[in-house]
Amino acid sequence: MQPSRQGGAPPKVELRDVDLRYFGLEGETEALKGISLSIAPAEFVAIIGQSGCGKSTLLSLISGILQPTGGAVLVDGKPVTGPTRKVGYMLQQDYLFEWRTILENAVLGAEIQGADMGKARARATQLLTRYGLGQFLHHRPRQLSGGMRQRVALARTLCTEPDIVLLDEPFSALDSQTRLALADEVTEILRREGKTAILVTHDIGEAISMAERVVVLSRRPGRVKSDRPIHFATPDGARPAPFAARNAPEFNGYFNTLWQELEVHVEG
Amino acid sequence: MSKADLATTAGPSPAYRAWLRRERRGRLVVRAAQLALLLLFLVLWEVLPRAHVVNPLFTSYPSALWPTFLELLKTTPQQASILAHTWSTVLATIVGFSAAMLIGTAIAAALWWWEGLYRVLDPYLVVANAMPKTAFVPIFYIWLGATLSIYGMSLAISLFVTILMIYNGFQGTDPNKVKLAQTFGATKWQILAKVVLPGSVPTLIAALKVNVGLSLVGVVVGEFQSASLGLGYLIQYGSQIFKLNIVMTAITILALVSSVMYLAISWFEAAVMRWR
Repeated sequence: MQPSRQGGAPPKVELRDVDLRYFGLEGETEALKGISLSIAPAEFVAIIGQSGCGKSTLLSLISGILQPTGGAVLVDGKPVTGPTRKVGYMLQQDYLFEWRTILENAVLGAEIQGADMGKARARATQLLTRYGLGQFLHHRPRQLSGGMRQRVALARTLCTEPDIVLLDEPFSALDSQTRLALADEVTEILRREGKTAILVTHDIGEAISMAERVVVLSRRPGRVKSDRPIHFATPDGARPAPFAARNAPEFNGYFNTLWQELEVHVEG
Repeated sequence: MSKADLATTAGPSPAYRAWLRRERRGRLVVRAAQLALLLLFLVLWEVLPRAHVVNPLFTSYPSALWPTFLELLKTTPQQASILAHTWSTVLATIVGFSAAMLIGTAIAAALWWWEGLYRVLDPYLVVANAMPKTAFVPIFYIWLGATLSIYGMSLAISLFVTILMIYNGFQGTDPNKVKLAQTFGATKWQILAKVVLPGSVPTLIAALKVNVGLSLVGVVVGEFQSASLGLGYLIQYGSQIFKLNIVMTAITILALVSSVMYLAISWFEAAVMRWR
């Protein structure tokens, strides 16, 4: 398997020959087989694959809510035995609790983890204000639009100050304009805060535009089909924002390559 | 605000005002029809016995209820005041549905916690729920005595449906909300307290609504058997001495009691569900 590009630094997240099988009365299902991946600190990696290829399962393994049936999952070199504060998880939808206010929703993680609630509230207020939700702290989720709700979910994830952020198709429930705008915002926030990010998506464009590296998973049982860095040549050498990246000359080349890699599995 | 102001500040359009008027008229028509239906019922109840179309001995008249009520208001050595009867029934009902809610929620939570327990008990709960609990009235009287058997019947009649309703509500919790709590490392207890219970508030209120009616049934049926106080006792007593005036007065008060309880729960619901 391809090692981390930042060869020297110890990996933030490492999967060693991970297998996962589900058991049901009809038999067992092999969801993931022999997955090895190494993700460096502050790296932004996208994992793409067809639906049902085990992408989301991979995130559940890294977050510790699932245990692998074979191999090892390591965060900061230590095996993952359960959910830790180091890992934040953004799900496909916001899943805000309608009986809580926006601020109460944003501090949910801190509350569950038994953190200092005064500090958590201050941090959540600061995050929500930065995301343009300052006037909505005491509103109810149903009073907010889809994009605003997903920003609250981001604040909820970042309020517990995780080093690693897992994003499971976090924009899939949004309309296409909100989706593009929020992709820019979220990418910028995660880069600025130096988070290690793992994005799972079936949207090739989203993967190329947001991530520095794209991993393609094969169909079930999911295996690493390819693992390639994404580079955009810019005058200042900085990574362009996702929306700008979509207009970069390299974008289409990456898109076609990844498209073909996904297509192969449709037939195979 | 004067009419001139309205014209210049682009107030509601005439079409909108006409729509509002139609809406208001529609609501009035419904209320009027409801009232007319009640009046028609009362008039028929008054007129048919008086015209001897039905035997007045069997039905009494609405106009006889108020004098009967005033008569029953007095406390005599033989008979408690009707207010005491009413309070006794109301109290037993409140105790019955409160107990059913508390015990039912606790048992539903236990079934949610230990799924194996639910799988074992499921058929028994379904049968217990389908059983006509009133069949146990005489047995409860023997087991529990005059007073406790009424509370017991009130609880028995509403407990199983409460357990099943609330358990189903717990089971209906969005698994993704549970997953979200798990990603933060929530314990099972935290999932129950922060996700499952608050998410089931609408179910709890639905169960409460069902319970109030059922508990009242349980209390009245229990009082038929064993009480010397309560509206159920008064109905039984009135029918035994063939004074339908007493029976009808007690039934009318039962109708009022259930209306008031229903209204109280609707207010409670509105207060709790403001965030919905």
